[in-house]
Amino acid sequence: MERRDFFKKSMAAGFVTALGSFKDVFGLNIPAQSQAYDLVAVKGGEPDDMFDKGIASLGGMKNFVKKNQKVVVKPNIGWDVTPEKAANTNPKLVARIIKHCFDAGAKEVLVFDNTCDNWIKCYQNSGIEKAVKDAKGKIVPGNSESYYQNVDVKKGKRLTKAKVHELILDCDVFINVPILKNHGSVKLTIAMKNLMGIVWDRGYWHRNDLHQCIADFATYERQPDLNIVDAYNVMMQNGPRGVSINDVTKMKSLLIAKDMVAIDAAATKIFGMEPEDVKYIKVADEMKVGTMNLQKLNINRITV
Amino acid sequence: MKLSSLKKYRVVISLLFFVSITLLFVDIKEYIPADVYPVVLYLQFIPSLIKSLDTFSLVSTGFIVVLLFTLLFGRVYCSFFCPLGVLQDMIIYFSKKFKRRKRYEFKKPHNIIRYSILGVTALSLIGGSITAVLLLDPYSTFGRIITNFLRPVIIGINNLTHWILASFNSYAVYPFEFKGISIAVFIFSFAVLILILWMSVKRGRLYCNTVCPVGAFLGLISKVSFFKIRIENSTCKNCGVCEFVCKAECIDSESKKIDMSRCVNCYNCFTACSTNAIVYKANLSSKKSLQEKAEINLNKRDFLKKTFVYFVGWNGIAFAQKQILVYKESKIPENRKFAVSPPGSKGLEHFNDRCTACGLCVSVCPTGVIQPSFLEYGIWGMFQPRMDFKKSYCNFACIQCTEICPTGAILPVKVEEKKLIQLGVAKFIKENCIVETQGTECGACSEHCPTKAVHMIPYKKLLLPEVREEYCIGCGACEKACPTTPYKAIYVEGNYTHKRAKRNEELQQQRRVDYKEDFPF
Repeated sequence: MERRDFFKKSMAAGFVTALGSFKDVFGLNIPAQSQAYDLVAVKGGEPDDMFDKGIASLGGMKNFVKKNQKVVVKPNIGWDVTPEKAANTNPKLVARIIKHCFDAGAKEVLVFDNTCDNWIKCYQNSGIEKAVKDAKGKIVPGNSESYYQNVDVKKGKRLTKAKVHELILDCDVFINVPILKNHGSVKLTIAMKNLMGIVWDRGYWHRNDLHQCIADFATYERQPDLNIVDAYNVMMQNGPRGVSINDVTKMKSLLIAKDMVAIDAAATKIFGMEPEDVKYIKVADEMKVGTMNLQKLNINRITV
Repeated sequence: MKLSSLKKYRVVISLLFFVSITLLFVDIKEYIPADVYPVVLYLQFIPSLIKSLDTFSLVSTGFIVVLLFTLLFGRVYCSFFCPLGVLQDMIIYFSKKFKRRKRYEFKKPHNIIRYSILGVTALSLIGGSITAVLLLDPYSTFGRIITNFLRPVIIGINNLTHWILASFNSYAVYPFEFKGISIAVFIFSFAVLILILWMSVKRGRLYCNTVCPVGAFLGLISKVSFFKIRIENSTCKNCGVCEFVCKAECIDSESKKIDMSRCVNCYNCFTACSTNAIVYKANLSSKKSLQEKAEINLNKRDFLKKTFVYFVGWNGIAFAQKQILVYKESKIPENRKFAVSPPGSKGLEHFNDRCTACGLCVSVCPTGVIQPSFLEYGIWGMFQPRMDFKKSYCNFACIQCTEICPTGAILPVKVEEKKLIQLGVAKFIKENCIVETQGTECGACSEHCPTKAVHMIPYKKLLLPEVREEYCIGCGACEKACPTTPYKAIYVEGNYTHKRAKRNEELQQQRRVDYKEDFPF
């Protein structure tokens, strides 16, 4: 780790500084004017088309990605199953997001997940590796602890430290692309839960109140700049891995938002549950990570 | 073909086999397709022999080809196809670079040792114990040497390259997750390697003619091979060069005799002889001198006597051991009675009787769940690979290990079939579970379960894992995922005989989606 830092610092010190100041000028925290909606919900189309329409209503990807920026797209690639089983994010959606990033001028777009099953098989059989390569993005492994760096989760109650993938700490734009699924123990996995794939030691979370840890990590300062929930094919039971195609219902929906709690709440409703029923959403709302009160939000509803 | 150029062909062919077999064991990037494995390993004597005991197919005829070669020309296997033999040739070659040219001289064979070892190995195999074969098969010994000493180096180089590249933000080389080595196998392989190094540097192919049971067996056949290497009295100038170059120390240049039972067919003598006095002669007359006959009889009697003693002793102990199998001391609260054998191995009985512990499945397993055992199968199944769910778990749709096993200890299965093979059954220890001890949700086991044999049921306002054994395939995903320390709350108890799990065919939770309908918010 130290050696790597040394390399980075010595070899590319100037470059990094330049990027840093660049980030301030075109900072992502400055709200773009056309981004009037807090949440965009699209339904009835194909994953890529729905994303085109959704992102257009937020003023396009150029409001999130600036020229020459380094973008990380983090889908769910947790399981060694084929796309129609809906355990991993739809590869078509991932490809389309990457295309929008490049169209907005991104220098590079990197994709990874800390998978549950064997990572090589997950990358291959999810169809995501191919989709990323075809879209000229870069697929990066997340299987080695050496990629992960210690960070403090200052507002965390149970989770106060975590090891986060260096790309997340390194990138200019972080786009979180979960798939909406049933989950055996926390009921649903959506945006906040998908962040378990950017950390190394998940066992700690499971040992120390999973719901609280999910909410805790959502408070971590490097939050996603954009969340895109894939609810095209939705696993209704036997999640998060699924057993068969019988577990999946075609919902043809897509959500886009900056607020993870809001997007999780909206996705919960699409699934047919109430946000209060999913404890970590409630806890994150109480911890002021975002709001699960959808009434407060300016939502754009698009039916294709 | 000139006899003096035979050596050249031998070197080329042997290196071809050596390199390709070595590559199978270090192919960490999975470049080599599964159907190449049986081709490369076709001529490996012991694996092919063991495989043919069950399934006599084209793939398992390799040992017959070797036998035919031996019947025709002598121990061709030892210098052309045997990776351990070629390894020794390489050691000999390089050791010569460091010291004055070594001269071999004719030595008497260590018949008692070599035929005792052969007898024990053969009879214990017939008696149903594979242990001796497992420890002595030259191919498997070679496999263990490569997996323990070369493979870690290859992985190290890969990961170092990755590390350096990664510090320049390049992800071109992926790191390989090294699951460590098994200490017992490492120590044993190290000892064998040292023995081989020492023997080959000092005395050429002494190991092959003293320890190796395959060498001893093929040597017996070589005695009656059709073509024999002979020194022709008429052209021989008694210079003794053939004896100096003979790694097997089997040429007696004074009496002009060659001991074909020890000749490894390296053909160095053909090349060395300046008068072409060494020839391959067809053995048309089967007349033997009286003295030779007497020698053979003596050997035979000795051999039978000795092996009988060993056989009785060996199998007696083996039988006693088998009853105990894999009992672990109660220090480990998981208290697994049976270790879990890889998919396609049918169960412990089939597997333990056929595996020679070459470690090829350990090398090809993409998740690293297959690891050499120590005492998990009992002392007589030492080093035979098992499923180590502390290190990893079996990938649901993967059949890689079933495609490459050269001995048939692991048999080929189709993916759909494999998904229902029950290697063992998950056992839940509620007292260890997070939900019970911490009072918080966890469910990591159920998350990872590919068949949802482990599902979550309501328990004190939380969800608690429950195992539906009929769906469980014993893949170990739950055990690996279980975050409790130091002991797991769920573990896989091995099936002595693999069973067939029930397919989990839960119906869809019906939900109609009307895309015209309003959003629910």
